[in-house]
Amino acid sequence: MSTIDTSAIGRELPEASMLVERGRLRLFCKAIGETDPVYTDVDAARAAGHPDLPAPPTFLCAIQHERDNPFDWLNELGSDLTQVLHGEQHFTYHALAYAGDRLVLSSRIADIYQRKGGALNFIVRNSIVRRGETTVAELKDIVVIPGGHQ
Amino acid sequence: MTPPMPTPIDAAQLSVGTELPPLRVEPISRTTLALFAGGAGDHNPVHVDIDAARAAGYDDVFAHGMLSMAYLGRLLTRWVPQQRIRSLQTRFVAVTPVGAHPECRGTVTAIDRAGDETVATISLQVTLPDGTTTLTGQARVALA
Repeated sequence: MSTIDTSAIGRELPEASMLVERGRLRLFCKAIGETDPVYTDVDAARAAGHPDLPAPPTFLCAIQHERDNPFDWLNELGSDLTQVLHGEQHFTYHALAYAGDRLVLSSRIADIYQRKGGALNFIVRNSIVRRGETTVAELKDIVVIPGGHQ
Repeated sequence: MTPPMPTPIDAAQLSVGTELPPLRVEPISRTTLALFAGGAGDHNPVHVDIDAARAAGYDDVFAHGMLSMAYLGRLLTRWVPQQRIRSLQTRFVAVTPVGAHPECRGTVTAIDRAGDETVATISLQVTLPDGTTTLTGQARVALA
């Protein structure tokens, strides 16, 4: 595979949804070394004015993986998951997400382009995370796939 | 042991060039990567399974880029309440090997009005002790 079919630009990806659980947020915090009790102790969160444990800023990416085969869109584009690298990640925030929220993520492939004479392929995915009618955040990620390998 | 939390920022004392208190995290262990795979839901085997990593041409597993971005999130949320963060973006410029000991830094590069808010732009960087920069990025934080 040396280049990726640009006809996939504009393709809508399957929705993903997540019921945000306190235990999952605590696991995420343990993994990232977050020790601020606002993120792990419901009483501390409420004392800080939150209705429940807040999801840390980058946690929202986890929703993208809440599908049976979250990397299927890369496979469908002919890329080998183990060769895919994360190039960029952007978040624009509109509201905090909390434990107990049901979040829905909708995504589309916004762009596909090559650099370095086709040696690198870039896929840009735009996503929106919503809680009911509320937009929680907009996400953009760019993955980099080396071309020219089998 | 919980490190002391930095004093909340005083917007009046911020200026271009102000540095955030740096965040040096523990070295990234294989256990960290396993926990992050579960917490973040990213089960790509190259981060947790050395056999899969070698089959893919790597010498060893390596950290999720999003783990380092989560550290940048911590750098920000120990400095301002999370609801003040308007945006956060990074480029992943080098792979973070297992065992790496990242340090996160941020510097105010601009302060301007955006609508009815005063917003600081923060330049972000994650580096390793050998001088490698692994992530560069930017955040926008409302000051009041």
